[in-house]
Amino acid sequence: MAEPMKRWLRWAGMVLMLTALSGGMALAQSRVETQRVLPGEWQVEERVIPDNVSGWDHLWEEILIDITVIGVIFALVTFWFLFRYRRRDPDQEGAMPKLSVGQAVGWAVIPVFVFMADDFYLAAQGWQLWNDYRSVPEDRLEIRLESAMWTWDYTYPNGVKTFNELRVPAGKPVLLRMTSRDTIHSHWIPDYRVKEDSMPGRITYIWFMPKVPGEHVVTCAEYCGHLHSRMKGKLIVMAPEAFEAWYEAEGAKLQQAKLETTGGA
Amino acid sequence: MAGVLREWLFTTDHKKVGILYLIGSVAAFAVAGIMALLMRAELSAPGPTITANPSQYNVWLYFHGAAMILGFQIPALTGFLANYLVPLQIGAKDVAFPRLNALSVWLFFAGIILALLTFVLPDPPDVMWTGYPPYSEITQGNTAFYSFTVLLLGFASILGGVNFLTTIAFMRAPGMGWNQLNIFTWSVFAAFILQLIFVPVLGTAVTMIMFDKYLGTNFFDPTQGGDVLIYQNLFWFYSHPAVYVIFLPFIGIVFDIVATFARNRIFNYKMVVYGGIGGILLLAGEVWIHHLYVTGMPDWLRVGQMVTTLMISVPVGLMFIGLVGTLYKGSITFNTPMLYALSVIFLMLIGGLTGIPLAVASIDINLSDSYFIPGHFHYVMAVAGTFAIFGGIYYLFPKMTGRMYNEKLGKTSFWITFVGVNLVFFPMMMAGLEGMPRRYWDYSQFPQVEGLHHLMTAGAVLVAIGFFLALVNWIQALFKGQPAGNNPWGSRSLEWTTASPPQHGNFPEIPMLSKDWSPYAYGSSQ
Repeated sequence: MAEPMKRWLRWAGMVLMLTALSGGMALAQSRVETQRVLPGEWQVEERVIPDNVSGWDHLWEEILIDITVIGVIFALVTFWFLFRYRRRDPDQEGAMPKLSVGQAVGWAVIPVFVFMADDFYLAAQGWQLWNDYRSVPEDRLEIRLESAMWTWDYTYPNGVKTFNELRVPAGKPVLLRMTSRDTIHSHWIPDYRVKEDSMPGRITYIWFMPKVPGEHVVTCAEYCGHLHSRMKGKLIVMAPEAFEAWYEAEGAKLQQAKLETTGGA
Repeated sequence: MAGVLREWLFTTDHKKVGILYLIGSVAAFAVAGIMALLMRAELSAPGPTITANPSQYNVWLYFHGAAMILGFQIPALTGFLANYLVPLQIGAKDVAFPRLNALSVWLFFAGIILALLTFVLPDPPDVMWTGYPPYSEITQGNTAFYSFTVLLLGFASILGGVNFLTTIAFMRAPGMGWNQLNIFTWSVFAAFILQLIFVPVLGTAVTMIMFDKYLGTNFFDPTQGGDVLIYQNLFWFYSHPAVYVIFLPFIGIVFDIVATFARNRIFNYKMVVYGGIGGILLLAGEVWIHHLYVTGMPDWLRVGQMVTTLMISVPVGLMFIGLVGTLYKGSITFNTPMLYALSVIFLMLIGGLTGIPLAVASIDINLSDSYFIPGHFHYVMAVAGTFAIFGGIYYLFPKMTGRMYNEKLGKTSFWITFVGVNLVFFPMMMAGLEGMPRRYWDYSQFPQVEGLHHLMTAGAVLVAIGFFLALVNWIQALFKGQPAGNNPWGSRSLEWTTASPPQHGNFPEIPMLSKDWSPYAYGSSQ
């Protein structure tokens, strides 16, 4: 086999081994962290409420760096080969060296190891964030959502109903228990990085942690026919006192209406 | 004239069947492409632009998706390319069951015609290519046309599967072992294994939809004991492997093109075949839940298939190493087919790597069903696949017609299309990150994505111009092209050893191959 090829293989092999090692170490470290942090969190009286927005943004950035590095490496190697091995005379043929059995196996097994290390590392990170997304804090405001073509109907614990307008207090986790009257919809709040389908016959849930008062877009992410693109709502995060006032007032109005109906009947 | 028509309609020659598949699928591609242009025109500004009726937009979208996947990509790859190339590459006279082959192309045309009825029906289907219930069952649209189109095209695929597995297993030229097959032939073999296993599942799902809507059953109606999610599981149990039914043959033809124009052996052939193609076969059926990450499936299933989905990167990565490695110490020229093949590497890098965040369930919880998704899958499957098919058409053009296309026009058309697709699909992913969901007829509530949409519409116009030039090139070359000779590329593969176009029966005499023959026997160090 040609000497330059050997040198090249040795060099590439070393890079691959290093990548594999660092991937493996990163994976191991993420597992250690998981074990260290979780019991600590549970020992505290109140569980620390994870911030899924920054959790999502962090993992997204990490993955973006990861895939950019992989992409750039492949692209650079490709461009280098395209430049270096362009045909110089019309009769020239390729000179692919024949791989020995060891090299052939190595070129398969080492990349497998590297890719798997990266996969498992990302899977471990993703799983951790997934757990945060799925475990709802105890102290929360629980609101029921029934979606329909083409509206979001929210029902608060005291019976107050709103349509396409979800009002919540800042500083308290909000849990939506969702179902649907007709077809499948998907309640997406892009600013809180969370969505899940609502559908007939099943109850699904999402939760999020509103921190500062403000308005956010709610939008439907599952195709539901004619007005799918107009199925929008508003999430209004209010200052806690303002929310309390609104909530009490609406509740009182509801009581009044109930009394009037029963009185009339 | 009547004689020619008769000859083509009732042909059992695999090459003619292949060309019929090519004509049908390019027609489907053109119509579905016009739908894409209509959608881009509608989305060129927020609010209603060319139609004030969202349902009209939904019909375009339905037709675009269904026709591009079921009417263009799968038939062009497993119908046209497989039919034309596989018997030639293995040195056979024809496929194992030529009449079955003719039946499958008839079914394909029936399916295409049924799909085209979308434009004359009073209530055309508007169920997207996925056809999710309950919507597909409560809509005014005629979902039956969707179901029948899928069933006809699926049946054509099953016939093709039986035919090609038999052909490749039993009709290879004397002396040709499994490790002497072209990568393309291997990839067709694997794609048809997937079709045979999984198409019946899709057939079941769309039949159940039809029973529910028209015959009063309640498979997917929870108020009557059904469940809406069963359909999605059945659908993606087929339709994710279907992505590999598209991916495998297109990466297969790219391998053959790259080897030819680099005049080089495949780098680590066995790794590509057994690790790459074999690995995808093994994993294809265990990842469908990643389409259901936000449907409330059990957590263990979502986390479990997050791992299997990420592991798809392993066989795909091996194929990439094989593909890029094939350039090593090659003798590379940049003819039009090679430009298309090399661009597939680039498109697959962007498309494949953006699949990694989507594989992570907790990232997908935000990005699922956003514009990021169509951006990603157009790169990885739609555009990469289409570029591979176009590369394949250019590559085989001299073989099919005996004439050479116009190289300059081919390259011009390639670069226009290539710039165009990147202008369309990269901003698409960015719009998804800005919070815009897919399948929207109007985006007035997301003012921040308006600029991106302008870019996308401009890109779509470029893509249309590029593809139109390609079409002009082929039609012109068909009648006026220079004679190409039998082997214009200097390939060592069997299909180039016979006449262009090959006569009925393919080879003057059946090739006899030695133990160290290889379709990639370039260079001196064999």
